[in-house]
Amino acid sequence: MSTPAKHSAYLAHHFSDSIQQSDSAKLGMWIFLLTEILLFGGLFVAYAIYRAWNPDMFYNAHKYLDVTLGALNTVVLITSSLTMALSIRCMQLGNRKRTMHLLLVTLILAGVFLIVKYFEYSHKIHLGQLPGKYYTFTGIEGNNPHIFFSIYFMMTGLHGIHVLAGMGVIGWILKRTSRGDFSPEYYTPIELTGLYWHLVDMIWIFLFPLLYLIG
Amino acid sequence: MNSEAKSHYHILPLRTYITVAGALMVLTVVTVAVSFVNLGGWNAVTAVFIAAVKASLVALFFMHLKYDKKINAVVFLMAILFLAIFLSFTFFDILSRGDIYSEVEKSIKGKAVIYDTMPFDSKSAGHDDSLTVENNEP
Repeated sequence: MSTPAKHSAYLAHHFSDSIQQSDSAKLGMWIFLLTEILLFGGLFVAYAIYRAWNPDMFYNAHKYLDVTLGALNTVVLITSSLTMALSIRCMQLGNRKRTMHLLLVTLILAGVFLIVKYFEYSHKIHLGQLPGKYYTFTGIEGNNPHIFFSIYFMMTGLHGIHVLAGMGVIGWILKRTSRGDFSPEYYTPIELTGLYWHLVDMIWIFLFPLLYLIG
Repeated sequence: MNSEAKSHYHILPLRTYITVAGALMVLTVVTVAVSFVNLGGWNAVTAVFIAAVKASLVALFFMHLKYDKKINAVVFLMAILFLAIFLSFTFFDILSRGDIYSEVEKSIKGKAVIYDTMPFDSKSAGHDDSLTVENNEP
């Protein structure tokens, strides 16, 4: 610390050292995640209002969601969070190859999540369980079952867009890792991608019981 | 142990990550199992509680909040706090609407009674006067 830090390629001149730089980046990422939580928060509040008003309709409508596929996707996302966290650990230990393998596994698991989601969505589209005025299904008792599916599609849809965006970022980070951009001294972009990916996982952790497991 | 490692940050042992992931899997099984038991109104509470435990594990270990600068945890808790305010104030509204409607109904009736038994001629009283009378009522 007493000697002036060597001006590395990755250290921006307005930071005193790389620790300060990485701490600032992480704080910025957390503030972004705060806005993400509040973005989803609006949908969670909409869910709470309509479930409080239509408890029986929510119960009847949720039976048309496949618990097995929902649980499978939960396991897939938790595993992808684990591989994401481990890829960062491997970069901390300087194992670039391992980092790349684990990022690739994370990317594949994100793809598996979306494929499962695709089968769930196409089944619902086939049955006509669509949001709002596009709802044509007649098999659910209770008032306005289309409200449940509006909320289901908006919440899982916004989450799905986040998974898609996450795949884009993970792919980009994978490319940068293979290019040799990162080292145990500098891996902030992988770490921030990890934070984002864990948040996507965390939101699904709430969506799964709230949508699929209404008791 | 990792004195040779060049990374500035605390490197968690592999076992921590595996244990946390294992706990998340177990809690997923628990939340599915519990959903098939009828707990009356407590099903939703239990589901959200288990999800909150899982989210905390993700935040503390996968997202390193336990080891990071505390400011990051403060930012995260702020998001949760404001979401909680958003939710709870919405519930103050939607869970008490029935009461408010019956309350309104009652007070309208009450006012009508007061109006009928007012000591002076109601025809001469304008809107402002009726307001004053209402205020003096108790």
